[in-house]
Amino acid sequence: MSSQFAIESRGLSKHFGDLRAVSRLDLDVPRGQIYGFLGPNGSGKSTTIRMLCGLLTPTSGTADVLGTKIPGKANLLKPKIGYMTQKFSLFGDMTVQENLKFISEIYSYPARDRKRRIDDLVEKYDLISQRKQLAGTMSGGQKQRLALACAVLHHPELLLLDEPTSAVDPQSRRDFWANLFRLAETGTTIMVSTHYMDEAERCHRLAILDRGVKVADGTPQELQAATGMHIVEVIADNPYAAQAAIDGRAEIASVTQLGVRLRVLIPERYPNPIDIVSNALASKNVSGDTTIATPSLEDVFVAVTMQPREVGQ
Amino acid sequence: MKSLSRLGAIIKKEVLQLSRDRLTFGMVFGLPIIQILLFGYAINTDVRNLKTAVANQAGTHLSQQFVADLRASQVVRIIAAVETADALESLLRRGEISIGVLIPADFDRRVADKNRAAVNILVDGSDPTILSVANRLRSMPIAFDSAPAREQRQDLIEIRPYYNPERRTPVNIVPGLMGVILMMTMMLFTAVAIVRERERGNLELLINTPVSSAELMIGKVTPYIAIGLFQLAIILAVGQLLFDVPIRGSVVDLYIAGSAFIAANLALGLLISTVTNTQFQAMQMTVFILMPSILLSGFMFPFDGMPVVAQYIGEVLPTTHFIRLTRGIMLREAPLGELTKDLYYLIGFTLIAMTIAAKRFTKRLD
Repeated sequence: MSSQFAIESRGLSKHFGDLRAVSRLDLDVPRGQIYGFLGPNGSGKSTTIRMLCGLLTPTSGTADVLGTKIPGKANLLKPKIGYMTQKFSLFGDMTVQENLKFISEIYSYPARDRKRRIDDLVEKYDLISQRKQLAGTMSGGQKQRLALACAVLHHPELLLLDEPTSAVDPQSRRDFWANLFRLAETGTTIMVSTHYMDEAERCHRLAILDRGVKVADGTPQELQAATGMHIVEVIADNPYAAQAAIDGRAEIASVTQLGVRLRVLIPERYPNPIDIVSNALASKNVSGDTTIATPSLEDVFVAVTMQPREVGQ
Repeated sequence: MKSLSRLGAIIKKEVLQLSRDRLTFGMVFGLPIIQILLFGYAINTDVRNLKTAVANQAGTHLSQQFVADLRASQVVRIIAAVETADALESLLRRGEISIGVLIPADFDRRVADKNRAAVNILVDGSDPTILSVANRLRSMPIAFDSAPAREQRQDLIEIRPYYNPERRTPVNIVPGLMGVILMMTMMLFTAVAIVRERERGNLELLINTPVSSAELMIGKVTPYIAIGLFQLAIILAVGQLLFDVPIRGSVVDLYIAGSAFIAANLALGLLISTVTNTQFQAMQMTVFILMPSILLSGFMFPFDGMPVVAQYIGEVLPTTHFIRLTRGIMLREAPLGELTKDLYYLIGFTLIAMTIAAKRFTKRLD
């Protein structure tokens, strides 16, 4: 309980047959923070979250979640965590009110406070006019707000959110994150998986997962400072030709086009990144302005996930 | 206390969802009524009005008298008169008749001669039921009106049909049908109820709450016990009103037996739900158990007449034991105390199936 971390995992692994979904994951999630889990589809985000709430048994390794050992008595953990599944998992043939009431009963929320708590949640999560609507007929954003309301109803210490914003529009996403920050302020630890860079950037800390392996973790600022890459931004009239001129050179780690701009990643061991890019452009007679840029989280993501690794080593 | 409140929450949720699922709701009440009407009217092992052709080559007064007697028996319905045996055979082959009656030209003389058969009856023996009905025709008396009545021969064996003297099929079918209908609905509903939640993702949410496996399972099946007992009442009422099926024993006994049987099927349904992943698989599995329950339980065919292996399989099925109980209580007025063996089997089956189901159902996804 006294530990400063809500989640500490050591060597957490999960194999499905030959597939190593998660390999030797070490995580330290501080209490009261929003911890992001960034990775492409199939990188092991859902599997990790399911192991942490006791839905999946780790193949090896252990975790300490809110003082409970995993694998172990996951049942002790259930009243203390809230979990929001990737797919909408509330009852589509029941109304918002009925769903919330059911959840309050399942968590044995004190009967005399139930009504007030549900009223409170309906208001806070902007579901007043949907109160009597069947959950299955609501929009993606409304479903997601209901799912979050149900996940936090019993005041969990730890909230595990599995790609909560994958099915909603940008405005709903913004509102959703405002809700998360409000929850974090009241001391709730939140672990959220995502594949959106802008969401990852909002997290207090984050871990980047690639093919089941944690390839980087830290605050967004720390990660950006430690990419090990120069970022050269090129503004060219003909970005396509510019990309063709730059890409494929030994010094170039990656080239990404963003509209008329190109973001070029060059490992830090090369001292003059601007010269490398300029020379490359000049050799193909392509014009373009080159400037050094600060790394974005997307650059970090590209940098850490592109090195070929021996999977599972 | 908390456990009870969680159990209550699951039951309330099930009832709420069931009341919104119009198709299932309709099935709960419509299925027993439709089934009992179908089986009650369609299945009739006391066959009458078999299509028959007659080739009366004798054309005497006696032979015409015989044909009239045949018609009056109602066992056959004479639809054609032909001349030759060949014509009868051809009608039989084409499936236009089930029975052909050949009355030879020397019919009168044969009747007088005790050592010769007077009439030939050609039967479509591919259906054993028709064959056995045709056998009944053998006992028809033929004699000259003028001849002195043959001395009444005392039958060696006298048959006294107990419990169903009119030989009405529904009397036997309806008590069995209770077993088949209850098992069909109870098993299917529970098997699908949990698998559907797994398919829709609800289960992943539920198993992440403090609700225990036992609370979840008991909560899910409880509403169906009430539904099962209600179905039992429907079948009994329709059986009594339309088919005049008697309830000679105690209704309370019948309901005790019914509760044990419903519990056995719900446990079986839960067991199915723990080994299947989709509603389609659950349905296939249900049909897999349903077929032997109809064919090998004594519902369709007399249990004692089945091959030994089939009897062993039949003994395992809860439906077999329930049908014995219902027929015993409803038709033979047997008190439940005399049928404890079958009752205990149902209770034992429930406990074992429930234990395995609860063991197999873990609050995990792997």
